[in-house]
Amino acid sequence: MNGPGFLATRFDTALGWARKFSLFHYPFVTACCGMEYMSAACAHFDIDRFGAGLTRFSPRQADLLLVVGTVSHKLAPALKTVYEQMMEPKWVIAFGACAVSGGIYQNYAAVQGIDRIIPVDVYIPGCPPRPEMVLDGLLKLQEKIQNGPQDWRWKKKT
Amino acid sequence: MEKEDLIEEIRTRFAADVASYAETYGDQTLVVRRQGLRALMSALRDAPFDYAVLLDVTCVDFLASENRFEMVYHVFSLSRNRRLRIKVSLPADNPVVDSLVGLWKNADWLEREAFDMFGVGFIGHPNLKRILMYDGFEGHPLRKSYPWRKEQPLVPPLKD
Amino acid sequence: MESRIEKNARPDVMLLNMGPSHPAMHGTFRIMLELEGERILNAEVEIGYLHRGFEKTCENKTYFNLLPYTDRLNYVSPQINNLGYAMAMEKMLGLSAPERAQLIRVLMSELSRLSDHLTCLGAMAMENGAFSVFLYMMKAREFLWDVIEFTTGSRMTTSYIRIGGVRADLHEGWRDSVKTAVAETRRVLKDVHGLLDANKIFLNRTRGIGAMSKEDALSYGWTGPCLRSTGVSYDVRKAHPYLLYDRLDFEVPLGERGDNYDRYSVRMREMEQSLRLIEQVAGLIPDAEPRVKADGIEPAEAVRLGRRQKPPQRIRLSPNLEGSEKDVYPRILTGDAPVVVPPKEDTYTTMEGLISHFLFFMNGYGIRPPKGDVYFSVEGGNGEVGFYIVSDGTDRPYRLHLRAPCFHIVSALETLIKGRFVADIVPTFGSMNMIGGELDR
Repeated sequence: MNGPGFLATRFDTALGWARKFSLFHYPFVTACCGMEYMSAACAHFDIDRFGAGLTRFSPRQADLLLVVGTVSHKLAPALKTVYEQMMEPKWVIAFGACAVSGGIYQNYAAVQGIDRIIPVDVYIPGCPPRPEMVLDGLLKLQEKIQNGPQDWRWKKKT
Repeated sequence: MEKEDLIEEIRTRFAADVASYAETYGDQTLVVRRQGLRALMSALRDAPFDYAVLLDVTCVDFLASENRFEMVYHVFSLSRNRRLRIKVSLPADNPVVDSLVGLWKNADWLEREAFDMFGVGFIGHPNLKRILMYDGFEGHPLRKSYPWRKEQPLVPPLKD
Repeated sequence: MESRIEKNARPDVMLLNMGPSHPAMHGTFRIMLELEGERILNAEVEIGYLHRGFEKTCENKTYFNLLPYTDRLNYVSPQINNLGYAMAMEKMLGLSAPERAQLIRVLMSELSRLSDHLTCLGAMAMENGAFSVFLYMMKAREFLWDVIEFTTGSRMTTSYIRIGGVRADLHEGWRDSVKTAVAETRRVLKDVHGLLDANKIFLNRTRGIGAMSKEDALSYGWTGPCLRSTGVSYDVRKAHPYLLYDRLDFEVPLGERGDNYDRYSVRMREMEQSLRLIEQVAGLIPDAEPRVKADGIEPAEAVRLGRRQKPPQRIRLSPNLEGSEKDVYPRILTGDAPVVVPPKEDTYTTMEGLISHFLFFMNGYGIRPPKGDVYFSVEGGNGEVGFYIVSDGTDRPYRLHLRAPCFHIVSALETLIKGRFVADIVPTFGSMNMIGGELDR
């Protein structure tokens, strides 16, 4: 038998469906993109309708790390610690041009993209991105979660 | 009192320390020698000059000249609604100046920022350590000799 | 390296770190606390987590290019930063913007100030538990940002206010969007007054907490709503009027005790004054003539007709898709000196226009103010936003320094929370409106 069987893929799909519609995000908000994050999270452009509305203010309770805004070199160890404190399965969205690539701050102070420090799943460019772009990025992440291989630790290793 | 009279009074009272006075774009600027700075600022803060607010402390790095650093202080008098700029030149080999901690409460943080960004020392500052950059950062970023794009990352890059 | 608090703390106390990534820390702020139970014995504040090298970057960019960096300083009221920078440059160059541009600048400033206060109070209320207030204020902010977006193209960081004027004229139908925004904001303010003003929980958390005296506030260099909450009446718009504020009628609300509740109340009343200013300015701005559009058919129409056969008429495609730019220029940008981007009609069609375009953008050319230094300040959402620019005659600033109002306000946090409970940090810090982009530059 090659690859996962029928029941396993069905279970994968169900697990993906459950995980994508119940994302608890940790908003690692630093800078201007935080304002657009607030707009995206509030009533006008609700992210709650996609299941991602409940903000967990502790990384231990979150599974989506939303890195919003510029990460400076001084803040980078804190970001790495927060990422490591999250439990698997976890995803990271780089929100805003500064988190994606350093943005307009190509200098001594800013990390040139958080993918230098932590692995990133979805990049949302923009300075700041419109809330609709944020929702689009969230939907892409949901697609990725649904279609990717699921992480079930209780699976016996063969 | 008219602003000209008060400037005259400052200049007569501190004739030894005030090097020059200029008015550019409507801003009044006094150039002061560094040994008399604290006495002058202390007098400015009290009556009759009454510059009760220290608006800003910053520094400019003139790399090419011998007096490399120029400290620029902006003070503001609420009662007379007047601003004044005070400049002090510091030599490159010994860029220290008297601290203004004790005269104004925000001098603490403002001088820490000047120290962090330019490496200017402040004599008498209780807690002169970096404020905007992290401990372990080498160099002073706003000096003209510091390269603009030289990063000193704290977290090593992810290898994948 | 050990922090000062770690070095000096007694061995039997608890050291708690409210770290840089904390929901109530507005992102990038760290407070280290020495606690005995819930009472704070000592606090040490560490900033700099959003230091993005603004001042060093500005030394390497031309005066025109660095405008987007100024947006991102106080990012909840970006147009006010643009304005401060543009007016500092205009002071140095000896220019002034046309009257319509000045009125539009006042309108944009007040919209930004409203959005600043809405965000500050919304976040403060949310952190104290009043989540609905946050949602209502964000809703009002959306309407304000709609007005900004239709005119400037961007909701937040717009780079709209340029040296010499503004980038574009107000959009057609601006009166309706401004009217809607003002009405919605008034409705939200009325709701929030009802929810928070006499709310026992809110009063208990903010009354008497974080009180600052007048002398201390002046000694710390406080400006803006925080200073006015202590009773000192200093507003840059009244003390050193810029733009057309001396012709407009508005009050400067004051507080009494300088505690958190007063800071909240001063901001709420300032929002009402900003709404008054917006209405006055909207009455003063004359209706502009509609833009001249070149003759021809729209591109979409041409595509539709061209499906079967070649469209017979000329296609109207203006150079910047907005209609003619050249007639709008005298209203919105100064013609005194070549400090503005030349209009696209000239650039694309005449030789002189092309040359002036290049002379504006080429390295070593462009805006070159005379040698010297200048300081100019405007009233930002937090206080006096000052720009100190040193020019050496070239096209790049030699030194550009921002006088950040919240730097001074936050420097007083350690003394304000000393002796209080941990829970008092939240309303105190929230009412100070720390904006990381401005604090750390």
